[in-house]
Amino acid sequence: MEKIGEVIEARTGQFLAQCYRLHEAPPLGCLVKTRSGSTDIYGVVASASTHSLDPGRRVIARGEHESTDDAVFTTNPQLARLLITDFTVIITGHKSDGVMRHYLPPHPARIHAFVNICPSEEAKEFAISLDFIDLIVAAERDFAVDEIVAACLRRLATIQADPQDFLVRAGKHLTVLMFEEFQRLNSILKRLK
Amino acid sequence: MTEQAAPQERLGIVVAGSSAEGVDVKLDQAISVEDIVLGRYVTIQGEKRRFFGMITQVSLESSNPQVSIMPPDVSDPFISKVVSGTTTYGRIRVLPMLTVGADAASLLEGPQPVKTVPAHFSPVFHASQQDVEIVFGKEGGSQFHIGTPLDMETKVCLNLGEFVKRSNGVFGKTGTGKTFLTRLLLIGILQSRAAVSLVFDMHSEYGWEVMNEKGYRVKGLKQHFPSKVQVFTLDEDSARRRKVSADSVVKIAYSEIEPEDIELLRQTLRLTEPAVQASYQIAHKYGDRNWMETLFSPEVEQNEDFARSLNIHESTYRNLRRGLETLRRFPFLVPGGEGNSVQRILESLDRDINVILEFGRFEDYTAYILVANLLSRRIYAKYREKVERALGEGLPKPHPLVITIEEAHRFLNPELCNQTIFGTIAREMRKYNVSLLIVDQRPSGIDPEIMSQLGTKITCLLDNEQDVDSVLAGISGRSELKSVLARLESRQQALIFGHAVSMPVVVRTREYGSAESYKELAGGGKRLSQEKGADDLWS
Repeated sequence: MEKIGEVIEARTGQFLAQCYRLHEAPPLGCLVKTRSGSTDIYGVVASASTHSLDPGRRVIARGEHESTDDAVFTTNPQLARLLITDFTVIITGHKSDGVMRHYLPPHPARIHAFVNICPSEEAKEFAISLDFIDLIVAAERDFAVDEIVAACLRRLATIQADPQDFLVRAGKHLTVLMFEEFQRLNSILKRLK
Repeated sequence: MTEQAAPQERLGIVVAGSSAEGVDVKLDQAISVEDIVLGRYVTIQGEKRRFFGMITQVSLESSNPQVSIMPPDVSDPFISKVVSGTTTYGRIRVLPMLTVGADAASLLEGPQPVKTVPAHFSPVFHASQQDVEIVFGKEGGSQFHIGTPLDMETKVCLNLGEFVKRSNGVFGKTGTGKTFLTRLLLIGILQSRAAVSLVFDMHSEYGWEVMNEKGYRVKGLKQHFPSKVQVFTLDEDSARRRKVSADSVVKIAYSEIEPEDIELLRQTLRLTEPAVQASYQIAHKYGDRNWMETLFSPEVEQNEDFARSLNIHESTYRNLRRGLETLRRFPFLVPGGEGNSVQRILESLDRDINVILEFGRFEDYTAYILVANLLSRRIYAKYREKVERALGEGLPKPHPLVITIEEAHRFLNPELCNQTIFGTIAREMRKYNVSLLIVDQRPSGIDPEIMSQLGTKITCLLDNEQDVDSVLAGISGRSELKSVLARLESRQQALIFGHAVSMPVVVRTREYGSAESYKELAGGGKRLSQEKGADDLWS
């Protein structure tokens, strides 16, 4: 299980992780995990960004005389050190005492804790209950929730024995959750295919 | 009894409701509304007791009104699968009718009328065969198999012991199977020995075989139970033409006709009110038993002053005579003293032999009303006498008598019901062990008071609003039953409710007319003779 980054900012419902390699953030909706003491914290990638390490120094264009965009980094090797990629994770559950729980852990993730992409078997176990969708939908104020939900469910469907059945179950879960917002629900359902 | 049949199919859960209107059940996602049939039985597993009820309404619901304005793209099977059962779902209304408690005591008591509703989210199942058996009893004894519930093979049984205690009605439009049902009931009553029957068979349909609407012959009661049934006829010629033998020919003497009978026939004989009064006057002078005879005697016929001597107006007298001439043309009315028909019918009834009185060609209402009322009045009087004597001397009451009348609205309409004996029987009910089985196609024509006294009502399809209202008057869950009644098929289906069944039930009537159905009915007969054998051992 390869680590892809570490936690650099943590709150109760989400954390920010920095990638070890520039431009190598996990995909949107990907299930990741981090460890806090004896608790495994699971979350879904909700956004990612690449920016200057120093907030005071803006990135400037450097490739005017280069033939490819990769050549920019070869010519300016310091760039890989001056730029960082980070991603935000919405926490969707945790596992303590060997039990998977689809609600927030008692403590936020620890700073500098490693972040891994969740292996398929574990992701399958995590998706047995669909209650984690509620936590994503609840983070509506900060993120493009509809896209995250659709992306996450599409990814989880691929590792299921019967992907179609999984999506129908998830769709029904969403209809209950969003019974007042029929058009929004409709647009998410269309993105699940 | 609490054992459940193989895994029962869950229909849904209770989500709302009231004791007055029944409970609403949200259907499970796997259940299609199209598989739900109105009138079917369901059980609801409440927290403390089990409820037994009937589906009275099916509806389509959605969680959001927007769905009906902008329906989802159901051409996409995925979206269609997701929304069905969640955003859009089926809802049924169930009218709980009986409860079965979970403890031993209430199991022994059997099903009780419902006094509450099941708790929220109680699961609802299709009723199993056993459930229906618990509610409608097992065939045998006085439990008579009348049919099966819709979509089920279980037998629905009428408790004939209860049935004959009160007057009952069989209703339905013409051609919906009233006669078949009545024939079945009569066989049941005969086999269970719950009562002895006297049938006023206006269209000669019960005694001997008749053609049914499909054109094949169905047997009559006399053919099934030759020693238990006697056929009396008013019309020997008709019996001869149909090549059936009547056990006795009924003759009625003039002396048996009383002015009350004339009053009853006022409409059919088109008599004026003074003419009826004149008949009382004549009877007063010449006696109840001699007045007809006197009126038809040559001396009176030639005496032009007869009317004047009694102070009767000439036109009134002519009106009365014209009416009575109609009666005189009936060959079964004979001059002279005592007719013995009543006595012979009573003797048969006393010996537990059922009597069917065929009217042959005298199918008009004048003959039917006159004879049925006249005979019933005398028979009822005898029964009354017997019951009173039995009470006085501490003897057992006579065997219950059920009098079957067709076209009952002719006797029991609000104008006549107080004058005919049938009104009295329907009201006084079981006091004298005589009850009525009313067969009619226009129940709205029957006096509401009489309708309210009927114990059990069996109704085939009725589509006249007034008829439906009059049959269902006063029953709880009326509007729900109305929708069930209106959707009955036009043949072989009937709604039964009242004392003889524990709850209203829609049945597909038991088959009658095929060789197999005769065999099944004969099965009941065998059991009967065995019972009799056992009785004989102890007597």
